[in-house]
Formats: sequence, structure tokens, C-alpha cells
Amino acid sequence: MNRLPAIPAAAVLISLLMVGVVLSLTQGAVSMPASGSLTAIWDAVFSSDRSGLLSHEKVIVLELRLPRLLLAMLVGAILAQCGAVMQGLFRNPLADPGIIGVSSGAAVGAVLAIVVLPVAWQIWAVPTAAFVAGLLTTLLVYSLARSSAGTSVVMLLLAGVAVAAFAGAGIGFLSYFTDDTRLRELSVWQMGSLNGANHQLVLLALVGFVVLAIWFQRRAGPLNAFLLGESEARHLGVPVERMKLELIVLAALGVGIAVACSGIIGFVGLVVPHLVRLSCGPDHRRLLPLSALTGAVLLMLSDLAARTLVSPAELPVGLLTALLGAPFFLILLLQQRKQWSLSGA
Amino acid sequence: MLEIRDLLVEAGGRRLLQLDNLTLPAGQFVALLGPNGAGKSSLLKAISGEVGCRGELLFHGQSLRHWNPQERARHVAVLPQASSLTFPFSAREVVEMGLMPLSLSRQAGADVVRAAMIDADCLHLAARSFPGLSGGEKQRVHLARVLVQLVQAEKTPLLLLDEPVSAQDLGQQHNILRLAVRLAQQRGITVLAVLHDLNQVLRYGMRCLVLAEGELVADGEPEAVLTPHRIEEVWGYRPERYTTEERFALL
Repeated sequence: MNRLPAIPAAAVLISLLMVGVVLSLTQGAVSMPASGSLTAIWDAVFSSDRSGLLSHEKVIVLELRLPRLLLAMLVGAILAQCGAVMQGLFRNPLADPGIIGVSSGAAVGAVLAIVVLPVAWQIWAVPTAAFVAGLLTTLLVYSLARSSAGTSVVMLLLAGVAVAAFAGAGIGFLSYFTDDTRLRELSVWQMGSLNGANHQLVLLALVGFVVLAIWFQRRAGPLNAFLLGESEARHLGVPVERMKLELIVLAALGVGIAVACSGIIGFVGLVVPHLVRLSCGPDHRRLLPLSALTGAVLLMLSDLAARTLVSPAELPVGLLTALLGAPFFLILLLQQRKQWSLSGA
Repeated sequence: MLEIRDLLVEAGGRRLLQLDNLTLPAGQFVALLGPNGAGKSSLLKAISGEVGCRGELLFHGQSLRHWNPQERARHVAVLPQASSLTFPFSAREVVEMGLMPLSLSRQAGADVVRAAMIDADCLHLAARSFPGLSGGEKQRVHLARVLVQLVQAEKTPLLLLDEPVSAQDLGQQHNILRLAVRLAQQRGITVLAVLHDLNQVLRYGMRCLVLAEGELVADGEPEAVLTPHRIEEVWGYRPERYTTEERFALL
């Protein structure tokens, strides 16, 4: 088996991340001197004034591009890690928060909070509602799909279809009764976009990411054992039931935060862990951190493309990741079909 | 070491296994025999805690339910019959998972893994991708993993083998049985193995437990237990018995 060692792989990813950061800060609908955009960050940190940018240009860099860039990285990392954890938990490489409907469920919660609750509550109510709805969806899908031999892919995907359809109807229903100003906001939820980025959301995503990344990393060993099978994990001393519940809650928390920050961005959680497994192996101790890095790079570059390809207009980034991810998903599905026909199932 | 009292395993209102009294002492290699559906797997699952059961399972004087999971993993290991791992771990990585309940330094861990893979004759598979191995190879990799799991036991460990030889070729079958005998005699491990080949049981002379319809019908030395009469009663097939150089063989 040819595998890349983890440290060089991480080094490459970090360099890509740096390049992406510079590009994201300097490129956009408003053209500004590249060096000035970068110095503006320096200025903001050390309260100097060397950038030579006009004050509205500084606002563009510091209030628009920077939070958006940070949010893209954090959401990408969270989604990739949650994808990796769900795949471990479901013992199935096709599990992804978007595909199995968890993101849709979380989005219904978020939209419900937007429509029903007063605007002043939204800062905390939207993430909370997204988390609760995401958790309920995960538990539902999990109980539908589980069987003694792991989880059934067919049930997993069907449950995803059903939940997504229900969620689509729910969001449609809510948008039918809401006013025009909120309507546009709602459509963004369904397609996924990072243009609502602000400091509060960045802070929420940052706290969420740090907590999840540390916690998941401590569960890397049990997640590996999980892949052997639930009984095998139990025989290795893993408290299986508790661990499953804990990981389901944490993954739903991650998806809830991601959805609250940026709506439904699909396929990051599917594509990223798969790429990392292909290149660096399935050991969660390496898979989790490398997935976070790759997810950050992928979503940041996708968002950069989303806001520069058709500038000055912009695409929802969820459309781009779906464009990228859906064919990838089909290829994975074909591979699985080959495995099934080989095993005679 | 392991004492079982008044064990009752039921599923869906049907009695799968009922055992009044059974004791497995340290360092004994015990063969668990019986036709399909006799309760062999139920017994292993009851001991390993996979199915709910009534009665008492005392391991070193303490109920197995009350063992701390980590501690218990260092003392009770289970070799599964088949594996459902589909993620592309290498064989060595699978064996390394046996280190999970242990506290060994990196170097000591690597040595233990290597030794176990030599014992289970799978060191040459170490770098191969696990899902690509044959059924028998996969099982030997798992055997190495469960051997690793038991190296830090402070008290006599228990090794449960669920059909350890059914997927193996003739040579490997005897390697594994010899290994089990060695584990019992040299390291004092108690081995409980589900086996089907009665001649292997006669050949290695371990204690036999014969289950039929959820009950223990015989317990003892193979020569005493495996009489043509009993074999016909339990399995519905009457073998011929031959004696050669102080050994029996069944046809």
C-alpha cells in the first residue's frame, strides 16, 4: 500500500492554506492593491497605519473578506471532521451530513428559528435550533439504518432522501408564510453561502471547531476500533453505547454550528475524508487532523471561486461543492456496487 | 478461574442455552463441540457480554459485569469468526488495535505486535491491505490482534476462539491448534474454542464440552466423551472408531 506520511502531507496542506488565505484577502469584486490588503491585517493587529488603503477599503478587508475567509476555513474543517466521524460511526464511507439528511434537518431547525422567533434572539437561537434539529435527525437516520452488520447503505440513503424531502417541504412551507426580506435569507440556507459571515459567527465556529477537534482527537482510537465492528470494539474495552451517543451528539453539534453559520454546504464531509483516506490511510489519529486541514483548504478555495468567478455577482458556495461532490459521490457509489457484487450481497 | 452458575440465555422467548455449573480452570485448552444451533455461540457471547443472560459468570471471583471495561479487555479476548472491516487498514494496523487497552511504550508495543504476528503466521501480510486478504488470512490477523490484547494481563487471561480453524487450510489449522495448546501450557491462558473436527480434538487431547439443544451433555477427556454412541446421539452420524498406536481416530 502506498501512503503519504502524515507530516509532509500536513505541510503541503498548510502551504496551500497560506496561499488560499493570501488569495482570499486580495481577490474580490473590488480591486485593491494586494500588498495593501495584507498590510491592513497587520495594521489591525498592531494598530499601525501602513496599508495606505482608504477607510472603506479597510472595511472590505477586515469586515468582509477576513471574517468570510475565517468562517470558510472553520466551517470546512468542522464539516470534514464531522463527515469523518459519521463515516466511522456508521462504518460506511458514504455517510455525509448532507447526504444522510442531517444538514437538511438542521436547516429546518435554523429556518424555524428565523421565522418564528424575534430577530433579537437569533444570535443564539439559530445555532441552538440547528443543533437540536440536527441531533434529532441523526438519531432518526441512525436508528433507521443500523443493523447487526453495521449500517445499511440503502437505508442510510433512503432515510437521507426522505429527510431532505421533508426538510425541503418544511423550508418551503415556512418561506411561503414569511415576508420578502426573510425570504431571500431562507433561500440562502438551502443552497449554502458564507456571505453572512460576521465576527459572532466566526467566534461561534472557532469555539465549536476547537472543542470538537480536541474531543474527536481523543476518540480517535475508539473510532478505529469501531471500524472493526461494534462487538470487537466492545471486546477491546471501548464503552460502545456511551461512545456512540457521545459521537452522535458531537457530530450533530458540529453540523448544527456549520449550518447555523452557512446553511447547507454538502459533500465536504464526504469528499474530504475520502481523499485523506486514499492518500494517508484510514487511521483516525491522522485522518481527523488532516481532514480538518483539507476541509479548510477546500471550502476556502471553493468560496474564493464562488465570489470571484461571476464577479461582481456571486454564486452560493453550496452549489459549487455540490457540483464538485455529486460526481465524486457517484464514483464512490459505483465502487461500492462493485464490492457488493464481489461479496455476492 | 471462570465459574458459570445457573446460566440462562434466551432470545425471543426461546431458550438458547442453560448451564447449571461449569468451571474453567487456568491454563486449560477446552474444546466446545456440538451441532449447529446447540448454543456454542450463545455461550461465547454470554461470556463476552454480547448477549444478555441470567445467572452468574464469575471471573477470578468477580462477576464479569463488574469488571472495568479496560481491565476486562486485558483479560478476556474474543476471536471473531468473520470480520466486517471494509476500511483499508493495513494488517499491521489491525493488529496494533490490540494495543488499545494496554499501556506499553512505542517500542515495546511494536515488539509485541511483531511477536504476535509471527505466532499467528501473518507477519508476511503486515503491509497488505486488510480488506484484500482472504478469509483465513483475515482471521489470522485478528488472532494476532487478540494475542496482543492479552499480553499485559495480571491474572490468568481467557481467550475465546469462535471457529478458529474453519476458514484455514490444513497446515494452518494445525498451526493454530498447536499455538492454542502452547498458550495454555506455557502462558497459562485458558482457551475456549469452538471446533468442529472431532479428530483434531482427539489429536490434541483437550477437555471437551459437548452441547446439544442448549444443554451440556458431556464434559471430559476426548477419549471418554467422543464415543461412537454419543456422536450418533448428538450429531446423528455413527462413525467408525479406529485405534492406532494408543490413539483413536474417527471415520
